[in-house]
Amino acid sequence: MTDTMLEARQLDYRIGDAVILRSIDLRVEKGSFCGIIGPNGSGKSTLLKLLSGIEPPERGEIMLEGRPLDNYGRKEIARRMAVLQQEPLPSLGYTVKEVVEMGRFPYQSWFGGEKDDPGPIIDRVMAELDLQRLSSRIVTELSGGERQRTALAKTLVQQPSVLMLDEPTTFLDIGFQIQMMDYVRKWRQDNGLTVVAVLHDLNLAAQYCDRLIVLHQGRVAAEGTPEEVLTVDLVHRVYGTKPIVLSHPDTGVPQILLKGR
Amino acid sequence: MLLLCSIIVSLSFGGANVPVSKVWSILLHHVPGISQLFDLRSPMEGVGDPDATIIMQVRLPRVVLAVLVGAALALAGAGFQGVLRNPLADPYTLGVATGSSVGAAFIILFGLQTWIGLWTVPAVSFATGLFTLFLVLRLAYYKGRMELETLILSGVVIQAFFGSMVSFMVSLSKSAVNEIVFWIMGSLSMRGWNYTLIVLPYVVVGAIVLISLSRELNLFSLGERQAMHLGVNVQRTKLIVLIVSTLMTAAAVSVSGVIGFVGLVVPHLVRLITGPDNRIVVPVSAIVGGIYVLWSDTIARMALNPKEIPLGVVTAFIGAPFFAYLLWKRKAKGGESRA
Repeated sequence: MTDTMLEARQLDYRIGDAVILRSIDLRVEKGSFCGIIGPNGSGKSTLLKLLSGIEPPERGEIMLEGRPLDNYGRKEIARRMAVLQQEPLPSLGYTVKEVVEMGRFPYQSWFGGEKDDPGPIIDRVMAELDLQRLSSRIVTELSGGERQRTALAKTLVQQPSVLMLDEPTTFLDIGFQIQMMDYVRKWRQDNGLTVVAVLHDLNLAAQYCDRLIVLHQGRVAAEGTPEEVLTVDLVHRVYGTKPIVLSHPDTGVPQILLKGR
Repeated sequence: MLLLCSIIVSLSFGGANVPVSKVWSILLHHVPGISQLFDLRSPMEGVGDPDATIIMQVRLPRVVLAVLVGAALALAGAGFQGVLRNPLADPYTLGVATGSSVGAAFIILFGLQTWIGLWTVPAVSFATGLFTLFLVLRLAYYKGRMELETLILSGVVIQAFFGSMVSFMVSLSKSAVNEIVFWIMGSLSMRGWNYTLIVLPYVVVGAIVLISLSRELNLFSLGERQAMHLGVNVQRTKLIVLIVSTLMTAAAVSVSGVIGFVGLVVPHLVRLITGPDNRIVVPVSAIVGGIYVLWSDTIARMALNPKEIPLGVVTAFIGAPFFAYLLWKRKAKGGESRA
């Protein structure tokens, strides 16, 4: 059961003369919940762009299910990989249901039809994320949390094998942050989804991820379970501040308390 | 249906008074066989009916052309708005219409119409229109981003420049005043069936292409990156839509001059009624655009009868305040969109 879902070998990426990523190697196993953490400007979001095929790496190779990513067509990628962005949905005149249905695009033929009726999967996702009540509401009328939930539903309707999250909780308050991550975790458990998440919040990362990859100045600074990675030393080295590391009283995962000088 | 009624009613308005019932009978008479065009009169008419000639040779081609030009401009507007994610984009505000008119004016005024056959004028105006679009987009892009207002401003600048070029070229010709008015303000007067036939294929092909890409246009509204994640080939779709929209603009402009604001007003009106789904907005815009220009043209030729108002005056008279309204609405909700 150590099938590799996503693998990157020796990725380099530059913007102009600035080196953003250098010699990145990583492996994400099927069904795992992998967090990418690191300080601002460490290359997290760029790495996600490369892994999701939006930008080609300057050097190196990305394999999705053992096949080079650039061998896939855009729709083929979209059937295997979905990305939830940090930015909330723009103000749109579409209803929640219509936005969620857009997630079926990679399965639709030229005329917009599908081989199998997409109704059941759409209904299931909407039910799972408690969106049925909002189904005919217009996106502009939704709160930030509701918008992000709609965006998540759209990605799940893509029925991906890998779900990528790009700081999905940035614009949400703590209640919605937990709700969001819980939805993702539940869907992953029920459907064998692999999750790759760029996360800002180390405590959230420690609670939900089973593996963490720490980026620092465009390189992988550490990799392992939250317990292995989130140490006082590492946080100090990467973030430049010495925290207090505790065990979560419920789950035992490391949690971080900040202290001023 | 509404389109059909508008056509009939519009046909019956005109310098020479022809009652609606007669318009019907003339039209119906021609429906069964197009071959029997002029030798056979309808039973109830006398020989050599001048009304039939007016309807079939003067008004009908003009009416059909109005519908086609309107459809072309409205489709182009829907295309531009969709792919640039800019509610203020249309062939006129982007300067594409004026850019196209430079090519058309050049060819016509220097008598090169048959240089490469019947399609010379649309082809050349397409080339200059595309060049204009490229210039405008180039001017508007800054560090990979394109602000909405910058785009419109770029359009205005380029449009002013090319507009002056058209005026200058026309000044060189003998029949200056009328021609300038024609190119700057647009008109459908004195256009026979052959002009109609030039526009028709562009509208048909353009409509098919845009309708087939309407789901992609829907996904564009989520943002280009999100559209990519959903499996849209963003660059290719963008290129196709921009080219097709420019092509339709060029075809319309080469027969009718610059008719402003149709592509802006019509898709918005349609969206107000049907919602934002481009699978509906695109085809309905084509029809509504046809109706809109048809009525504008009817007003243009009837309001000061027997003098004609340039068609662009009528569309701008309705369109410019609408443009202002859109700007104002955007400002009113601008603060909320980032919240």
